[in-house]
Amino acid sequence: MNPRLAWRNLWRHPRRTWLTVAAIAFSTVLLIFSITLQFGSYDIWIDHALGVYHGQLQIQHPDYLDKPQMRKTVANATGVAAKLRRDVDPRKVAVRGIGFALASSQERSYGAQVIGVEPGYEPEVSTIPNVIRDGRFLADPDAAEAVIGATLARNLKLALGDELTLLGAGRDGSVAATVVQVVGFFESGMAELDRVLVEIPLGHFQEVFTMGDAAHAIVIAGIDRSELDVQRDQITTLLGADAGARVRTWEETLPGLKQAIQFDMLQGWVLYVSLIVVVTFSILNTFLMAVLERTREFGIMLALGASPARIGALIMQESLLLTLVGLSIGVLVGLGITIYFYINGFTYPGLEEYGAEFGFPASITPEISFFSIGLAPLAILVFTLVAALYPALRIFGLRPVEAIHAV
Amino acid sequence: MDDTVVCRALTKVYQEDSVAVHALRGIDLVVPRHDFLCLSGPSGSGKSTLLNLIGGLDSPSAGEVRVDGLKLAEMNRSELAQLRLHRLGFVFQSYNLIPVLSAIENVEFVLQLQGMSFTQRRRKARAILAEVDLQGLEHRRPGELSGGQQQRVAVARAIVSEPSLVLADEPTANLDSVTAENLMALLRHMNEEHGVTFIFSTHDKLVMDYSRRLIKLHDGEIAADERRT
Repeated sequence: MNPRLAWRNLWRHPRRTWLTVAAIAFSTVLLIFSITLQFGSYDIWIDHALGVYHGQLQIQHPDYLDKPQMRKTVANATGVAAKLRRDVDPRKVAVRGIGFALASSQERSYGAQVIGVEPGYEPEVSTIPNVIRDGRFLADPDAAEAVIGATLARNLKLALGDELTLLGAGRDGSVAATVVQVVGFFESGMAELDRVLVEIPLGHFQEVFTMGDAAHAIVIAGIDRSELDVQRDQITTLLGADAGARVRTWEETLPGLKQAIQFDMLQGWVLYVSLIVVVTFSILNTFLMAVLERTREFGIMLALGASPARIGALIMQESLLLTLVGLSIGVLVGLGITIYFYINGFTYPGLEEYGAEFGFPASITPEISFFSIGLAPLAILVFTLVAALYPALRIFGLRPVEAIHAV
Repeated sequence: MDDTVVCRALTKVYQEDSVAVHALRGIDLVVPRHDFLCLSGPSGSGKSTLLNLIGGLDSPSAGEVRVDGLKLAEMNRSELAQLRLHRLGFVFQSYNLIPVLSAIENVEFVLQLQGMSFTQRRRKARAILAEVDLQGLEHRRPGELSGGQQQRVAVARAIVSEPSLVLADEPTANLDSVTAENLMALLRHMNEEHGVTFIFSTHDKLVMDYSRRLIKLHDGEIAADERRT
């Protein structure tokens, strides 16, 4: 059967064909825009979540991830960090000590996570130094001072300049106690950090928690996401096999983020597949109608010697052409809209203010790739061709003598 | 192998609401090559049923049909389709052209199914349309042709593949008398010039007058079989 016959058959009922084309095109536009925007928003999620505190890679004691204990440290951490700054691009590296303590003000006590940070390097791997709402960030690497989350400060009823007592356990099991002066409050945009985090200079942390020159994490940021595994391998090689440390990616140190993205993606796909199924039924309806109203004609074709397979192939061709028309229009329009928002950014009320407050982009940039653009049209094509199989296979059940006399 | 069609004890029984309806009751029929045969009889006499069985469009309840020596009962659906494609032509009462194809494309349709190249089938279709006096109308679609013109396109489609047998079911039923006479003259010409065997089923006296052999069916049996001059 020739494609010309299939094409002409499509336009026997132009209004019905256009309505079906419109349904395919509209769903294609919607899906392309939603998928590219969804993928683009994940970039922001990841950048924001990692940028606030976690970084993209962390060098830790090999067992620290499973058992984050004080004694599981990386030796000569500042020396290793210096080496990385010298040998690895992009050289955004900072050392951290991580401990837990009872944080007490004059009025109240709360459990807190105490982070020893390098004041000079921390701004390169974390946005916390840039989201100080009151006061300032840490300056002196050895000073007994702290910046704390705004929520924790409220809970402890602390004001700038107040003293905060930290009481925990050192690496050697001894009591770690210090009194630090609160020099700043931060609002990171991540509630759990604002509620528990206390940052003090690394030198003071190492002294109080009897760390020596060790630390718990060397945080690395600023890596192109596609280069992450390459960089991890490169740094692993640089450290050497006996370094007593392991390079972890954010997917290992922050598994919740990956799971959240996967869950969001799953929710999105439930919606997308539902939309595709609705469109598929629309196509199925069109083709069932077409087959039913052309039963007599198919009977004539059978009588003239056409095999059911050839007539079935004709129906499949019609389905393919109809879907391709809808997809072509949908991809063109969808791509146009996506490119527009790729250039201008997509935003909605509140996003700009929120972004400005917590230091991430004020608009979402859709992700344009063969995958994000091509996924929806491909899925629609597959679904509609599968749907067209049903009316096409019905031809095999036609008996010529009955089909010829069909009304 | 001089007989185009041989039917032996051909029986067709339809079940309608658990009632057996005997459409054909043991028909024996031999149609020699180049015959121009007319099946007549009242409605329900079995004319169309017999045509459908000879054309392999339906299967008999008992008995046997042979076309060009081939036993239809031994053929599967695909082989029957091939038989219809290469050896049979059909002309239906209501023309039954494909509405989205032009006259010449309708004629080419069968040749295309046979796998003939575009140039070859176009040449052949053009020639046969000229023979049925439709020059200049090749590119009109069925909706732009009169009933007589459409039926001539249907005739051209039926004979373009040079079948050994054309089955025509009430070919003049929707035509006025002048057009019907022209059509029958054309079919007779095709029979004489191309040696095609024709079997008609009809109520139309004109068709009976043109036939060389008239078989009258009654209640699924052959009531009369007469040769005409």
